[in-house]
Formats: sequence, C-alpha cells, structure tokens
Amino acid sequence: MTDTFVHPYIPNTAPATKQAMLDAVGAASIDEFYADVPADLRLGRALDLPAPLVAEQDLAGHVRGLLGKNRSTVERLSFLGHGTYHHYVPAVVDEVINRSEFLTAYAGEPYEDHGRFQALFQYQSLMAELLAMDVVNVPTYDGYQATATGLSMAGRMTGRRRVLVASDVLPAKLSKVTDFVRVHLDLEFVPTVNGTADASAVAARLDDDVAAVWVETPSVTGALETRLRELADAAHAAGAVLVVGTDPIGYGVLTPPAEQGADIVCGDIQSLGLHQWFGGAHGGFIAVNDDPKFIMEMPSRLFGLATTDVPGEVGFGDVAYDRTSFAHREEGKEWVGTAAALWGIAAGVYLALMGPQGMRELGELLLARTRYAQQRLAAIPGVALGDGALHLREFTVDLAGAGLTAHGVVESLRRQGIEPGVVVGEHRLLVCVTEMTGQAAIDRLAAAIGALAEASTLNTTQEDRA
Amino acid sequence: MTLPIAPKPALRRFHQASWDEPVIFELSTPGERGVLVTPIEPGVRDAVGDVVSDLPAGLRRDVPPALPEMGQQRVLKHYLRLSQENLGADLNVDIGQGTCTMKYSPKINDQLIGVPQLTAMHPLQDPADAQGVLEITWNLERMLAEISGMDEVSLHTQGGSAAIWANVAMIRAYHEANGEGEQRREVITTIFSHPSNAAAAKAAGYDVITIFPDAEGYPDLAALKAALSPRTAAIMVTNPEDTGIYNPAIREWVDAAHRVGALASYDQANANGILGITRARDAGFDVCHFNLHKTFSTPHACGGPGAGANAVSAALAPFLPGPRVVREVDASGEVRFDVREAGPQSIGAVAPFHGVVPNIVRAYSWIMALGAEGLLAAAEIAVLNNNYLLKKVTDIPGASAPYAEGRRRIEQVRYSWQELFEETGISSEEIGVRLSDFGMHYWTSHHPYVVPQPFTLEPTESYSMAEIDEYVAALAEVAREARETPEVVRTAPHNQTVHHTHHDDLDDPERWAITWRAYRRKYFGESPARRAAQRLESTAATASESAA
Amino acid sequence: MLALVVNPVAGVGGPAGLAGSDGAAVQVEAAERGARPQAGERARVALEVVAAHLRRSSSADGVDASRDRARVAGRPGTALRAASTGRLPVVLTAAGAMGEDAVRAAGLEPRVVYRPSVADHATSAAATTAADTTAAVRALVDAGATLVLFAGGDGTARDVAAGLSEAGRGTATGSSADGRNGSGGTSVPHADVVVDDSGMSPRSSYRASVPTAWGGRPGAVAVAALGIPAGVKMYSPVFAVSPRAAGALAAAWSAASGSDGALPVQEREVLDIDEAAMRRARVEPRLYGTMPVPYRAGRTQSRKAATPVTEQAAVAGAARGAAMAMRPGIRYLLGPGGTMAELARELGVAKTPLGVDVVLDGRVVRAGASEHELVDEISRGPAKAVVSVIGGQGFLLGRGNQQLSARVLRLLDDDPLMVVAPEQKLIDLGGRPLLVDTGDPLVDARLAGFARVITGPSTTSLYPVHAPDAEPSEP
Repeated sequence: MTDTFVHPYIPNTAPATKQAMLDAVGAASIDEFYADVPADLRLGRALDLPAPLVAEQDLAGHVRGLLGKNRSTVERLSFLGHGTYHHYVPAVVDEVINRSEFLTAYAGEPYEDHGRFQALFQYQSLMAELLAMDVVNVPTYDGYQATATGLSMAGRMTGRRRVLVASDVLPAKLSKVTDFVRVHLDLEFVPTVNGTADASAVAARLDDDVAAVWVETPSVTGALETRLRELADAAHAAGAVLVVGTDPIGYGVLTPPAEQGADIVCGDIQSLGLHQWFGGAHGGFIAVNDDPKFIMEMPSRLFGLATTDVPGEVGFGDVAYDRTSFAHREEGKEWVGTAAALWGIAAGVYLALMGPQGMRELGELLLARTRYAQQRLAAIPGVALGDGALHLREFTVDLAGAGLTAHGVVESLRRQGIEPGVVVGEHRLLVCVTEMTGQAAIDRLAAAIGALAEASTLNTTQEDRA
Repeated sequence: MTLPIAPKPALRRFHQASWDEPVIFELSTPGERGVLVTPIEPGVRDAVGDVVSDLPAGLRRDVPPALPEMGQQRVLKHYLRLSQENLGADLNVDIGQGTCTMKYSPKINDQLIGVPQLTAMHPLQDPADAQGVLEITWNLERMLAEISGMDEVSLHTQGGSAAIWANVAMIRAYHEANGEGEQRREVITTIFSHPSNAAAAKAAGYDVITIFPDAEGYPDLAALKAALSPRTAAIMVTNPEDTGIYNPAIREWVDAAHRVGALASYDQANANGILGITRARDAGFDVCHFNLHKTFSTPHACGGPGAGANAVSAALAPFLPGPRVVREVDASGEVRFDVREAGPQSIGAVAPFHGVVPNIVRAYSWIMALGAEGLLAAAEIAVLNNNYLLKKVTDIPGASAPYAEGRRRIEQVRYSWQELFEETGISSEEIGVRLSDFGMHYWTSHHPYVVPQPFTLEPTESYSMAEIDEYVAALAEVAREARETPEVVRTAPHNQTVHHTHHDDLDDPERWAITWRAYRRKYFGESPARRAAQRLESTAATASESAA
Repeated sequence: MLALVVNPVAGVGGPAGLAGSDGAAVQVEAAERGARPQAGERARVALEVVAAHLRRSSSADGVDASRDRARVAGRPGTALRAASTGRLPVVLTAAGAMGEDAVRAAGLEPRVVYRPSVADHATSAAATTAADTTAAVRALVDAGATLVLFAGGDGTARDVAAGLSEAGRGTATGSSADGRNGSGGTSVPHADVVVDDSGMSPRSSYRASVPTAWGGRPGAVAVAALGIPAGVKMYSPVFAVSPRAAGALAAAWSAASGSDGALPVQEREVLDIDEAAMRRARVEPRLYGTMPVPYRAGRTQSRKAATPVTEQAAVAGAARGAAMAMRPGIRYLLGPGGTMAELARELGVAKTPLGVDVVLDGRVVRAGASEHELVDEISRGPAKAVVSVIGGQGFLLGRGNQQLSARVLRLLDDDPLMVVAPEQKLIDLGGRPLLVDTGDPLVDARLAGFARVITGPSTTSLYPVHAPDAEPSEP
C-alpha cells in the first residue's frame, strides 16, 4: 500500500496511526512481519484487478447498474420451481434478518449471544411443531446436504450400505447426495409408478442389508406420497430407516411424515420466508424423534433449554456437545461449520407470523391453485398431466399430444414475458404455482400454451393437407 | 451534580440488553394473526372444490401445528428484542473470534443485495434476463482467480467447510479419473490446520494422518516426508496456520507431495494477511478455497450463510462443481453471459444452483470498493494490527503466545493463559465469560487444545488502534481480577443478558430439551396433540365469541 | 463428598536437592538441611479456592452489587432444575497435618475420619507413614468421599491409588508403603477410623462420561482422586497444574455434585520413579496403577469445534481405531495403561491393569504374560506389540512394560509396534519426541524415526521417536 492510501473500511491506514503502531512493536516496516514468507513466493506486483470505486456512491451506482440488467420475477410472470420457490416474504421477516445485530453476530457464548441462541432454539421448536417431531437441527447448508446427511446417519446407525430410492428426486439434489454418500452407501433406484413410490417393489427389495428407504414427498414433480405408512412399515420390518425428503410448506394441511412412520425427515426451508435470490438462499433441516440413537448421529448444532443462576431466566446451550463419543460408527462423520443460521431465524419469524391458521390457509391455497392449474392446462387439447398423483405446488404436463416441445413452449412464452416452467423432458414441462401466481396468472399461462397448441395443431393439419 | 459531565472511567460500564423475553410459544394469544394469506379466488374454489376435504384421509392433518398465534407487531418486537441480546461485529470490538476474520461488512453491500433485481431472481430464468447477476458471478470468479493465481474458480459452496468438502471431492474425482482412486487412500494434514480438513477427508472415505509442529513450532517437514507415500491422495493444509505462523517451507511441502503423485490442497481461511503478498498457485498448490464471509467481508449471519470459493489449476478444472457461468462474445463483439451444465468429469452439484448469491454480490462489491491497493492495505493493516495486539497482549502478566517464540505472526495468534491459570486456577473459558461483561468476546480454540488455556485473537484490518487498546485494557482488567477477586471472574457473567447457565441438562437424554415441544412433553407431560387441540378449542371459542 | 489427605512430608526432598522425599533417611536429611514441608500449605491454597467458590454460590448477593441486577423469581414455565445453593461443606480428612490443619486453615469444617497411629501426629508430621496415606484414603472412601484431593507427589499418588484399590475403587500394585511416607520406615499403621454417623451412605455422584441410557458403556462407580502438586516428582498425570487449579476443579466438582450433576472422570496412570535410581541420575518412571481423575468438560462449550471430543471420548476413539486396525490371526501383545485398558474394553476382553496380555482373534490367549511367555507366544505365529504413551515423558517402551523387552521385539517383524494414543497425549509432549528404551541400542535404533500413532478410527499421527540410548552420547 502506498503511504497516502486511506480507506473508510481500514481505519489504521492513517499514516500517523500506522507509525505509532510500528513504533509500539519495534518494527521498522510492515514488511518485517512477513519475514517467514520466502522471497520467491512473493507476488512482487500489484494484483490485476479492476480499478476500485472507492466512493460509496460510485460503487452503488456500478453494482445497481449491473443488477439493473436483470429482469426479475416481478417483471416476468414465473411458473419456475424445481428447487427454488417464489413465495411471499412478509416484511417483518426481512426487517428481522437485516438487523445488524443478527447479521453480524457469529459465535459468541449463550451469554453475549443469548438472542441468537433463543432465535435458533425457537426456529427448531417452530419447525418441530410443523413437522410433529421433537428434534430439529440448527440449519445445515440446504436440503441437498440435509438429505445427504440424513441418509448417512441411517448408514452409520444400521451399519448397512444399501439405500432404496423410492421416489423421483430433483436431479441436482441426487447429484449432490450421490457424490456425498458414495463411499459409504449404494443408492438403488426403484422406479416410481404414476409419479409415486411403487410400495410393493420397494418391499420386495428390502432386506437386512438395507440402511434406508428414501422417499421424497413432494417429489421432483410435486407428487405427494400417499403410501408413506406402508413404506415405513416395510422399512422398519427390515430394520431399515425411513428417510423422507420434503418441503415443509404444506404441513399446515398435510399430515407430517413423522405421523406416518418417518424416522428422519429432511429438506429445505427456502419456501419459509426466504427470497429466491437466484437460488442463493437455501437452508437444510433434519428432524428426528427425541431418541439418542438418532440424535447422536446428527452432525449439526442442536440448541437446548437450560436453567441459569436466576430462577425463571431462560438459558441456552448446545445439546449433546460431545456427540462423537456416542457415535455408533465413526466412518463418514461430518463436520460443523458456518452454514445457514440466519435463514433459520428467517424461517422461524415466518412461522411465527403465519401461525397455525396461516399455514393451514397457505396449504389449502397451494393445493387449490395446483389443482386449478392442472385442470386448466389439461383442458388444452393435446396437453396431458404427467401422472395421476396428487400434487402440491408443482406438476408436469406432457405436450407431445399438442405437437409441442417443452423447449419450444419455453422459448415462445419467454417472448411474452412468461417463464412457463422448467424443461424436464423433450415434451415435458414442470409447472409451479404458488400464492404469487393467482387465478389470472394461471389463466394467462393456459391461454398462452393453448394458443401455441392450437397453432401447432393448425400447422400439423395444414401440413397434413399439403 | 451539575455540568460538566465527569470524564469517562478507563473501562466502559457496559451492560448487555436483557429483555427477559419469554420463549415465543408463551406469547401466543388465540385468534391473533401475524400475516394474512391471499384468499383463494372464488373462480378457483368453484373449479376445484374443497381440496382439503378431498385429501386422502391419511394425508389430511388432523391436528394443526401448535404454532404461536401473535399479532404482527408482537412478533416484530419479540425478535428485535432478541436481536439486541447479541454482540455482533457491528457492536463489539470483535477481534476475539480468531480464525473467523470478523471484519467490517459494509452496509452499502447489504443494501445492494436487497433489491428485487436480485431477491426476486429465479435461478432457472432465461439467462438473457439474468445478465447482471451472471456478470457479477463471472467477474468475481476472475478476481479470485487473480488473487489466488489459480485458473478456474467456482462459487457454489455455502461455507468454508463446504468448500473444503468440494476440495476433497475434486481430489477424489481426479485420482479416480487417473485410475488411482483405490491406491490413494490417505490425506495428510497438520494439527494446526482447520479440523474440517480432516473431517471432510474422513467423510470422503480417506484415512487422515496428522502432522505435529517441530520443536520450533513450524509444521514438521521431516514428518511430512515420512508420511507421504504412493497411498497419499493429498496434503490439505492451512497456511498461515491458526497460530498465525506462516510455514516458510510451504513450497517444499507442496513439492514433496507432488513427488509422490499427491495433490496439494490449500485451506485459505487464513488468507486475510497475505492478500496481494503471496498466492496459492505460486506455492504450487493444485486447489484452494477462500471463505467469502471471512476474507471478503460478507457477514457471518449468526453462523451462515457464508460462502466458499474453490479455486483450481487447469488440471483440476474439469472436476469443478456445476453449473458453470460462461462468458461469450459473439461475432459482433457483444458480450453475453450464459449458464452451462457441469461437464462429464465434474463432481456435480454441491449446492443448489450458483451458490449463496447475495454473498457473491457482497464480496464482489467489497473487492470493487478496494481494488488491488485496497486489498493489499487490508492485508498489511490486518498484520500490523495483529503484531501490535501481540505485543500488547503478551505484556499482560500471565498471557503468552506459545510456539515460534519471538517470531512475528501474520494475521492472528493463538495465545495462552496457562501461567495465569497456574497462578489463579482461573481458566481461559472463565476469563472469556467475564470478558463479556465488558461488552467483548473471545473464543478459545478448536479441540484438542494444542495450546493450553488458549484464546485466539484476530484483529483484522477493521478495528482502530483505539479499539484494540480498549480490548486489551479489558483483557488486562479480567486478568487482574483473576488474581485479586477471582470469584468475580468465576461467577461471571454479571452484566449479561442471562446469568451463569447450567449445562448439565444439555448432555442427558432424559433431561435435554431441544425444542419447546419436547420440553413441554418431558417436564409437563403434555402430548403435542393435546396442546394443539387445546389451542384449537380456544381459537374456536374466541372465534365464536367474536362472532356473537 | 470432598475429602483431603495430605502427605505432610511430601516435597521436603526437592528444595533440599534430594530428588524426592521417599525414605526416612532422606526425610531426616532434608530436615537437617532446613527443609520445611510445603504440602499442607499447598492444600490450604487449594481449599481456599473451594471455600471461596462455595461461599459465593451459597450467598444470595451478587459479588458486584452495583452492577448486578436483582431479579425476582421468574415466570412459570421454565421448570428445569434451579440453581443449587450449597451450605458451607464439611471436608472429610485425616487428623492434624494429614489434612485437618489445612481444612481448618482454609476456613472449611474438617470431619476427621482417620487418625495416624503415631500419638503426636499433630506435631510430628514426618512420623506418618505411607501406610497412613493408604489407610486414610480407605477411611475417606468408607466415610463417603467421592473426590479425594491429595497433596503430595508421585509416591503419595501411589499410596492413594493403593488406598482406592483396597477400597475397591482403583487399580494398583500396592502402595509405596514399605515404610515411612514415601518409603523407609517399618511401622504398621493402626487405623483409627471414625465412622460418620450422619447416616449418609457413600454417594457415587460421579457418572462416567458415557451415560448408559442407550447402550453405551456402563458407567463405573468409582471414587475420583486429584493431586494437589506438592511433591518433588510428579510424573503421573493425576496432578492439577497448580494448587489453585486443583481447588478450582474441586470447586467445580462440589458444585456439580451439589446440583446433582457430576464431572466426567478419566482413568489416568500413576507413575513413580525409583528415587534411589534417580539419585544415580537415571530417570525410570514405572507404571504402578491407575485412578479416576476428574476433568472439566468446560465452563463454556467449544462451539466452533468440528469434532468436539472430551478426553474420555478421545481415548475411546483411539482405542476404537486400534481395534479396527487389528487383523485376524495376529497375536497382539497389549501393554499396560489406561489407553490399553480402553482398547481391551473395546475388544470386549479382560485386561490385567499392569501386565502384558496376548490377544488373538478377539480372545485373550495369555494374561499377564512374562517375557518368557511372550517369546513363547510369538513363536506360535505372527505378533505385534500394542503400546501407548506412558506418562508425560513419552516413553513407548522401557517404562512399566519391561516384559516387552528387546528380546521380544527382536522376534517381531519389521513393523513390530502398534502405537495407540489420543492426540492430546502427543500434544502434551509439547514438541518432545516419543522415546524407546529397551536396553538394546540396536533394537532401539530400529524403532527410532517416525511412529504412526493411531489416534482414532481412520486417523493417525506421524510422530518422531527417539532412542536416547542408541544415540551417540555427549563427549
């Protein structure tokens, strides 16, 4: 740095301060402190970086200019899901997680960071009510990691390697899980029937070497699993663990997996009060019953209630701090690190605002809009639903009968300012509706695809005539 | 008393906010609502009927979740009160969380990420509609490539440990691609490297060999050479280590690893003092990672989201996670950013989509605010601050800085209160708790404690000389108390949100309470169904009263 | 219940330059050189910390009333156990200089449960014997002690271990009580045990750090002990780093016991050196037994640790790693020590505390084997010696496991040793190398270099090994 360089983020660049500090330690120059860095490893030149925008207003102008090139789902009508969902984020959620006090806290003790501990304990507790399970972790990175960890726990607990994948899984999630567990677990896919698990095929493949049956509900296509109890009973009869990957958004009206026999329930909390943020705001939850056999395999933080020296005061601390000593098997033990705590606080605030009634109303709304959108799209001649399962929020449509490709539909509708969904097959489109896509929006989507179908049919008919 | 106001005492008379706020479930009042949901349109309802009644019986929730029922402002007030009961970097002199680089996270960056042009972007939108965020991502990758000297960068991972996992996953894929996956079963690390290196390697199926420091406190090169073999997949090391000691033989370490066909992986969690001074690639490393929430200023957010950046040599580039952001220039010279799926050798997705995008934008903004000279200034001042702090702390009787005695340190130091402990029986943890009474905090060390009675300080570039002096004065005061009034220290905290907390219940499966639900069940015999049913009844009662 | 026993003559030989205080002749000589016993004084310092802590926790007043807030009892609903408020406790102890004086000086109330046989014990400290320490510990245990603080050195630790062993609470090969405190005299002690009539039964308030609720290892019931450093030799890792540190730990123990919790304990080695040999400039610590020593998991919890491990868990992890590394058809010669005992537990076999046991395919085929028997076992098939780090000096061989002799090691193959230790044991060496001393420089030289130490399942450390006797001596 040059002697005259002064920056608002770096107070001690002031030359007099710098000199005073050097004098205090008896150093002639800052370079002395780098005595252990060999000369031939020194860069010896300035980094080749863009010229800085040192005035805050210039920086703000630059970054806002770049972001201004984006066209967001406020400007586009979006039916995109496939892992990231467009739900409404109440203002109070943003207010709370934007507080400096939460944003810049980190790893203090439960004394000076009491609020953080309480907010995260409450997150665990609110999720526990939604999921009807007694134990929920401080969030891990995302639903992918949560599921990978949930399956690894099952492997460690049972000492077995086989995992039966009973549902259709989000491909990116499957990619992550596969690479994460492959040293310790072998994934075997049991093809789904009509969008959901083939329970009898799963049962037939269960044996005493199966660590877990892995069910996703809603699945990648939004299909809800209706035979969870049957799958749980079959898994348990073979000594296997039922791991359910899910999105918690529907449990105001849907029976939580735990009440149907799930042992480990995991997934993502992005739906609960987190903006889409270009896919950059995900957090993972892992829920289990209050059973040390499971809890001791959880790598994540767990905050618990504690008393203090003052009666009535609510204290907190880490539960089962020394979990490694109880681990059934040590192979593949994971780590604890900076993950997604603030997103957990956000989800907690969201659930507190929504309350039981809000979650019930939202669940009902999502079911209703999903069915409505299915009806509207399936009403288009040549367009069919991908399967006959019950769906929440997402579903696929098969466009083959209308002579349309999914890519073609996406390209055409983008020109109209509509993101109609995600291409999941040549003729297959995954459509997502939420509380942000009202009846009018769904009608517009149906009309736009209907028009394409009509034009396509017309073309085909004309070609036939020619 | 009249004006003038008396001068301030030397030490701040701090008291933490203490709202005595109940657990949120105790604030529930039946019938209150925090936010309303948009109603189902009549047209939709007419078309679909009663979707809840139509659910198969097993799928319809009988008892609603026992979430609290609260008015909006009460929810807000509750959480703002909790927010005040924290000591984050924006409040305290946050130099006590060594290894974590608690630097200033500029407020402008928080504003920049809050606009709908970022918050409302879906990752699968038409790339033509996402040019701004893709450009920022691509630019940050190139900046970090320059800062590390590496060829390619991925910004997918959500934290430092996740980035370490990606490092080891790429190393594993690389050896497998070369047909050496079965042969190379060992990863070598050092006792002062971040323990996630060992943990991630174990999770990936490797046996881990740990190297101890030599007599001088530097990583033992002879031990490394004895450990290296054709079975070695990689060395995974931090440098400078968590002691702030830079391994002067780092090039020899990397070369020795390469000689047996192993890769060299560099945990750059401690890069803050060497930005623009020396680079991973120049020491020969094949792969490294940065923590954007440390070195590049994104906030720590109560423990995440952070963000990791994995940087690799060209040889490892095919193994980077996907999808990748690419920059294309068409015939007319127009620049366009696009998204490419991962290649066949990629380790695949390590996280959803493109990583922690808000933090990618924050880190980009931070680098853009500083430039090359600013990054170098950040490094040099962080190192100046650290050596100044080292002098001041080791002047406190009872404090010391073991290993490499008398040598300079880079950006942090692992100190020891062993002398004070022997003299007073007051442990480093107790001193840390008492320090919170002065509005400050420190962290001891990872386990196992290699330095006895440890505490780890890292002043970064963000704190002024006056703030560092204030911190040291508080440390010195607690050390004095340990000698003269040890009970004050032993029974701390006294000025905090809560008092001394009893940890016994947290380790006993019969007694621990990980959620409110479990607590009510264990200590009050409440079944969750009954609680919810009671709540439902009272809600119904309230509703019928208001209807009447 | 807290208990204290002081070896009144501990440490007198140190300042006098006598390399220890064992033996009447040494004690007399020390006295003649003007040495004053320090043990009682050090015990007082330790107990003052306990007293101060307990006074504080039994008092309703904050220490810093101007800043501390008074709080009224809180809302209903938080029903976890409230804080304990202890009265000033009674400390079980032995008469006079053996503890009573120190307890009183610290402002605590002594309850004397043992009186040494010598009539004028209060004035003639040096006249107590090693057997007195052993007998006193037995009496303290019988009276309900859960933590025995002892002020002394390694010799005292041996005597305490013997006392615990006699009371069925520890392992030892017998005390140093072949004479006066330390070793020297011949008087057989006559214990005058005062039976506690409070009706309190001995309370096993300590739980081993592994609860049993879900099939973990059963928590052993034992009385813990902790050394207040007051001797000349303190090679045994059973001493706190200072008297105040001992006091702080004892205070934590009392507080935890009072609130119905407990501190975890760790089985630690009791080592001692033949002082006669030491005075001839040979340092040869030997393993004499083990005793459960409490430690603090921490006032705070280490929240950033990736794999937080208590000492107990670390030893268990190392043992598990060793068990996983064992192969069928190989005879493993398990040496003595706490880590080896844990390995035996992991393998589900019985272990002689101080012997070398031969394990083949998960069964003990020879317990407490002599050198000759080991040679015989090795002749029957491939074998490997399994050893841990003995004491604070880092010996792998030659201290306490002399059955694993040069002759035995010569018969083993190129990789004769499996070394097992938690990382903390290596850390505690403070950068010093591991040591081997089999008595045969050629064997030692073969073992020198770097050892691969098993520290856990799939974790090892590469650590330097020196062979002092195989290296060229100073001219």
